[in-house]
Amino acid sequence: MFTHKLSLAAFISALVFAHPASAQVARYGFGTPATPDELAKYFSIPADGRGLPSGSGNAKKGAELYALACAACHGEKLEGNPAKGIGGDKLLGGRGSLATKTPVKTVESYWPYATTLFDYVKRAMPFNAPGSLSDDDIYSLVAYILSEAKIIKPTEIMDAKTLPAVAMPNKDGFVPDPRPEVELYR
Amino acid sequence: MEKWNAGPITYDEKSRRMADEMVQAEARHIARRSSQDIDCDCKDGMFPRSGFADRRAFLFAAGSLAVGAPALAQTAKAPPGAIQFPVPDDPTKEQGRPVGADGGYGSRSQFETEVRVRFPTANENTSWSFTPLDKMLGNTTASGLHFERHHGGIPTIDPTKHVLFVHGMVNGPRKFTMADIKRFPSVTRKHFIECSGNGLTEWNKPTLKTVQGTHGLLSTSEWTGVQFATIAREVGLKDGGSWVLAEGADAAVMTRSIPMEKMLKDAILAYGQNGEAIRPEQGYPLRLLLPGYEGNTHIKWLRRLEVSDKPFMTREETSKYTDLLANGKARQFSMDMEAKSVITFPSGDMKLPGPGFYSVTGLAWSGRGRVQSVDVSVDAGKTWMPARIDTVAEPICTVRFSLPWIWDGKPAILQSRCTDETGYIQPTLAQLIAIRGSNGPFGSIYHLNAIQSWGVAEDGSVTNVHA
Repeated sequence: MFTHKLSLAAFISALVFAHPASAQVARYGFGTPATPDELAKYFSIPADGRGLPSGSGNAKKGAELYALACAACHGEKLEGNPAKGIGGDKLLGGRGSLATKTPVKTVESYWPYATTLFDYVKRAMPFNAPGSLSDDDIYSLVAYILSEAKIIKPTEIMDAKTLPAVAMPNKDGFVPDPRPEVELYR
Repeated sequence: MEKWNAGPITYDEKSRRMADEMVQAEARHIARRSSQDIDCDCKDGMFPRSGFADRRAFLFAAGSLAVGAPALAQTAKAPPGAIQFPVPDDPTKEQGRPVGADGGYGSRSQFETEVRVRFPTANENTSWSFTPLDKMLGNTTASGLHFERHHGGIPTIDPTKHVLFVHGMVNGPRKFTMADIKRFPSVTRKHFIECSGNGLTEWNKPTLKTVQGTHGLLSTSEWTGVQFATIAREVGLKDGGSWVLAEGADAAVMTRSIPMEKMLKDAILAYGQNGEAIRPEQGYPLRLLLPGYEGNTHIKWLRRLEVSDKPFMTREETSKYTDLLANGKARQFSMDMEAKSVITFPSGDMKLPGPGFYSVTGLAWSGRGRVQSVDVSVDAGKTWMPARIDTVAEPICTVRFSLPWIWDGKPAILQSRCTDETGYIQPTLAQLIAIRGSNGPFGSIYHLNAIQSWGVAEDGSVTNVHA
């Protein structure tokens, strides 16, 4: 009996611990591998521009597209549209206002990275048909907005190389969260 | 640390307009509530008016029986989430409804009328709605009353087609169906979620009347799901993966970058809420739950997690949900919801019927741990009394507190103050403004966790005040 128990225990411990691979990995094995093809349609573009697609655009083409796809909500002059059922954000203005009593937060005055504009337009705009624009169109629209904001020249081409290099006016405007504030402790 | 004097606060045009519209929306909500009320003793009573449609239905039903026209009872409209039934004079003298007549899923009583109120943003698809905290019982928010914030409407997602991708700096990128996710061991934990914009109308002056308006972007649920740590082991993390992008499957394709430390500590990929599948408004079939982090980070309709060595600087973590200070700099990744509390009874737009005993009650919470204690003041913070904690304090979860109070009929200012287990004490508005500066309403609009004051007048009416 005793030896029987011993050998059973030995068998169990061998099963659980003796196999180095399974002991290290301990995976359930649920789910399936995701292939590069499946992942290709997803994107998220950090400030260094990693993941920006090929293609390019300029402000001239962007102006035409803007009138068609964006102006209804964001205004003919990128001034926004507060009308009921629309409520599109203002995109221009507010430079130099952030430290005043009436700060105006826009792409021009507040957004720290031009890559964020590309990422956001690509994922969520236009509001009535999100994700419907081509990469060339998005580069053009971004070029138009940045050009109207006088952040880039009207002739500059926006692409995977030039976009991350755009210096936004408020690029140094953000600080890490300093909370918790020690004076609020017992 | 820089300090600014608390000067007068001005709103920009957009903030002013939004606040004004919310004031009007709240007024309509209150008017609807009281116009639907019928004359009764409760009207001047301490509880805000409720039960309107139902009392009318009761009268209709009672009256109609007398004149022999019971069909009239059907004309009353049921409140959302309820079904209108005829009300018998004496429920002991006739059979009730048959079992299973509801198709197997219950609805709330036709006499219960509380609803969320939407903030009147111009666009109904990118908007938010408030939980009626003044009507909330206990310490759990009914799933149908959980506050909402949507940026592209509420998507309808077939769970059999929903897939979660986990990739980036992992050893083996994988995709998981909902069936895969539900096979993993789960955890069930009760946590609050609070929008960091909760109270944004209240920096400058008392603006909204009710606690639903001032604090209703707070809800508490029991959440069930898989810990991110479990999934992380499954895919294997590469060295240097310090941030995780979470992406939603709504029309906004909402994204936020979350520190890996937080993800591994207590993040839950939740599919259950209060014992059933999470509601569509809450991210069905899968949402991220980050206990104690600002609501926007709890990505709903979760479809993708990408491990990275850096944050992605998404729109939501740069142009929104950053806290612009008076010096023009903005705090970024201000994730923690700090200790806060509010008295829900008595609260704004209620009326105490007269001097005497009241059980003052409210909610307290902290994104950094358990609530340690709650103090209540009836003299605008001059003196404090320890409240009773009526529920078991759980980490990063609301508690309900109460304090017996005998009102002498004189004007009083009621306040509550939360201390959490880290020793952090809920600040006054003046303390917060001293730290962050005074361009609050449209600068640092987020993370207002100041002590709330309710003024009780001699006639018993309760109003939102700054004290």
